[in-house]
Amino acid sequence: MTRPRLISLLGSYGVVLALLLLILFGWARYDYFLGLFNITSVLRYNSMFALVALGMCFVIMTGGIDLSVGSTAALGSVVAALASPQGAWIGLGAGVGAGLCVGLINAILVTRLKIMPFVATLAMMLAASGTALLLADNQSVSVSYESGFTSIGQDNFIGFPIPAWIAIMAYVVGWVVLNFTSTGRGVLAVGGNEDATRLMGLPADRIKFLVYLASGGLAGLAGVILASQFGAGQPIEGVGWELFAIAAVVVGGTLLTGGVGSVGATLAGVLLLGILFNVLNFENGKGWISLSAYWQSVIRGLFLLVVVILQAKLSSRGSVAVRDY
Amino acid sequence: MILRLASALIGRWLFFGISIAMPEPSDAFRIGFAMNTDNLLSMTAIDKRFAGIPALSGASFAVGRGEVHALIGQNGAGKSTLIKVLTGYYKRDAGEVVFDGKPFEVSSPQQAQASGISTIYQEINLVPYRSITENICLGREARRCGLLDWKRMHQEAEALLQRFNVRADVRRPLMEFNTATQQMVAIARAIGFSAKLVIMDEPTSSLDEREVAVLFNVIRQLKQEGVSVVFVSHKLDELYEVCDRVTIMRDGRTVKTAAMNEIDKIGLVSAMLGRAIERAEGHATAFSDRDEKKIGKVLLSAENLAINQIVQDVSFNVRSGEIAGFAGLLGAGRTETARLVFGIDRPHAGSMIFNGQTFDPHKPSDAIAAGMGFCTEDRKSEGIVPDMSVAENMMLALMPKLSKSGVIDEKAQRDIVERFIRQLGIKCSGSDQKVRELSGGNQQKVLLGRWLAMNPRLLILDEPTRGIDVGAKAEIQALIKTLADQGLAVLMISSELEEVIEGADRVFVLREGISVAEFDRDEATEDAVMSAMAHGSAPTVAEAAP
Ligand SMILES: Nc1ncnc2c1ncn2[C@@H]1O[C@H](COP(=O)(O)OP(=O)(O)OP(=O)(O)O)[C@@H](O)[C@H]1O
Ligand SMILES: [Mg+2]
Repeated sequence: MTRPRLISLLGSYGVVLALLLLILFGWARYDYFLGLFNITSVLRYNSMFALVALGMCFVIMTGGIDLSVGSTAALGSVVAALASPQGAWIGLGAGVGAGLCVGLINAILVTRLKIMPFVATLAMMLAASGTALLLADNQSVSVSYESGFTSIGQDNFIGFPIPAWIAIMAYVVGWVVLNFTSTGRGVLAVGGNEDATRLMGLPADRIKFLVYLASGGLAGLAGVILASQFGAGQPIEGVGWELFAIAAVVVGGTLLTGGVGSVGATLAGVLLLGILFNVLNFENGKGWISLSAYWQSVIRGLFLLVVVILQAKLSSRGSVAVRDY
Repeated sequence: MILRLASALIGRWLFFGISIAMPEPSDAFRIGFAMNTDNLLSMTAIDKRFAGIPALSGASFAVGRGEVHALIGQNGAGKSTLIKVLTGYYKRDAGEVVFDGKPFEVSSPQQAQASGISTIYQEINLVPYRSITENICLGREARRCGLLDWKRMHQEAEALLQRFNVRADVRRPLMEFNTATQQMVAIARAIGFSAKLVIMDEPTSSLDEREVAVLFNVIRQLKQEGVSVVFVSHKLDELYEVCDRVTIMRDGRTVKTAAMNEIDKIGLVSAMLGRAIERAEGHATAFSDRDEKKIGKVLLSAENLAINQIVQDVSFNVRSGEIAGFAGLLGAGRTETARLVFGIDRPHAGSMIFNGQTFDPHKPSDAIAAGMGFCTEDRKSEGIVPDMSVAENMMLALMPKLSKSGVIDEKAQRDIVERFIRQLGIKCSGSDQKVRELSGGNQQKVLLGRWLAMNPRLLILDEPTRGIDVGAKAEIQALIKTLADQGLAVLMISSELEEVIEGADRVFVLREGISVAEFDRDEATEDAVMSAMAHGSAPTVAEAAP
């Protein structure tokens, strides 16, 4: 392997490296860091972000952006909570359906009406959030505990939280779609050069339509998990989720301009941000220093910056990391 | 200038005279169609307007089965537009299209491709971040169990490129390869679709002679397989090698269709320009002989430049008022050397002296500040900002100079832009038209205008007349010469040997990253330069440049 090649590999797997280092750090410093309880709770909580980030990853790879994911998740949680007395599956379907509706509107705005993704999804962010508040009557909506809806978020399957299973499945599907279907390759092509993609005879609009739809659906699913995990639909949750998702995607090496990206690295990005949060909590727990939520934000921001800068440095020396099969 | 205007006016007038005497061109074409039922494609009376301005008016075009049909015309004549109307990228305003015996209504390039029309568009329209395999196979992927079969796709891409003698790691992203390879990938992609009609919009503009020969072989193979080919080019000599018939466009109309062996080059050019022309005596280009005395002292000299494996040992110098030419095959390191001079890349070895001082540019703005301009070969990715206007694109590099304490001098700007639009004959609706709406050749002229407007001391021109029609080419060559006469030093890279030999006062031949020979104007014969390009080795430098 040549030197530039190695550097470019480091660039694309830098996030994985950072993740491993962080885990190592936590394991060395805190007693229960790699304890079963901590692992499952980190996974349970972050699986919601993982789902949202997966959708965001696909949208960003087409060169777009979806700012509505946070409010869509909030809306999904409210709708799911409202529907949960009818049964777990119906609650699940309703939440995902609500997300798909938002995604559908985004898709139409962007591909049919040619509105800039930033503007279209910003509008939908406000609209979805308003709808959630209206439906929930401005307060959290508790879910039905009889229908088994709460087991979606709270139970385990083979010793592993169900939300984590859902997220893993979603990522496997996402990975296969991106790497082994023509639609997936089309996503990268559209992001790389939309005009050329059209001239090459690929259905650029259909591809873009699908990613916004999927992003909405995944955000809805995250909302279902939210409602089920916390026992209530949360109309005011989801604030800042879109930023978390964008951060995870970017840390994973996906270009904001589109055309280059990776599903696996996005997952690593989510875990990196999630575990960093976890580490800060542990640090607080040690009692030596007490970091307020504000300080935690500052530290997370700085950390993010360091990772992104390192990655930019590495990948500009090698070539842009492109993973192919 | 006045002369040009007058001749253009006379041309118009003559054209009017003819069109009064003859039936409308489109009628003539209809008669033609009626007689020929064996056409694969016939487009009749096609109209296309952009914001009310006609790009095509009553254009008609027919291609027979298994025929190689040339489509030519000046920059902005409407060739690319005609093609994009056919493939459904643009919706036509009027006219009818019959393909393979059936009326042809497509609304997207995708449908056109599915119906058997495969197109290589003028600008390389591929996805730079993606691998060669993807760029070739997207749209007709090989699958196994419903999922993409990468192994087979890589093999297929390799096999296709093999047909073009291109060896490249198909797994690497396209942007790592030079323009010629990218063009070959675009061609391979189009061929791979086993289409009934393959359209090539200026495929040869970024290829050198060897590769053009390979392409022509492939075209002949296609012809044998019964596939029809539409071939657009500004290099008229090429057409005689492979084309059966030619259709000539002018101002959005198709003015003439003829069998290639019944029309000579002068006939082609006359029809393109719409007026009779005479051949310039003994010259294929517009660089007439130059006054040696005007050449001043050495402005730039470079010794033993090297970077990576591509440039190994290049030495040359340019004097003010001189046009120095770089000749060489593709991959000889000409563009790469120019990039070193302009500070885009940093040399690993070697030194440069510019204007009597050591010159070591870290970035292009250093070179620009020193008084250099670089008109790049790859206009799409390195030069043009498609969404900006003609004026903005032209002013881009000049902006820092024109602005006084941050305020841009509007009037000076307008004057310069108007002057170059006139001098270069840029066909646009106005200086505020977006560059993306211009025809390919006119985009190239805008880029040239940008650097000329800088009024640099040294101008590096990488393929300055690529994609530019014969008429405009002569004008640009003449303009380069005039500027050199006024003291500008020019470093010109061109894959057209004629352009280098006739244009340059001195020719440096590069071969595999080494400057192998230097010729003065009178020594630079086609044979001498060509043999140095192919076989030259380092020692000949000592002999050729005593
Ligand atoms: N999208 C567009 N919007 C406005 N005008 C356009 C657009 N596309 C093309 N035109 C105009 O239509 C005319 C024909 O352009 P076209 O690209 O077909 O020329 P061409 O014959 O291919 O020239 P070249 O040899 O330079 O490639 C030009 O005057 C051009 O400015
Ligand atoms: Mg064109």
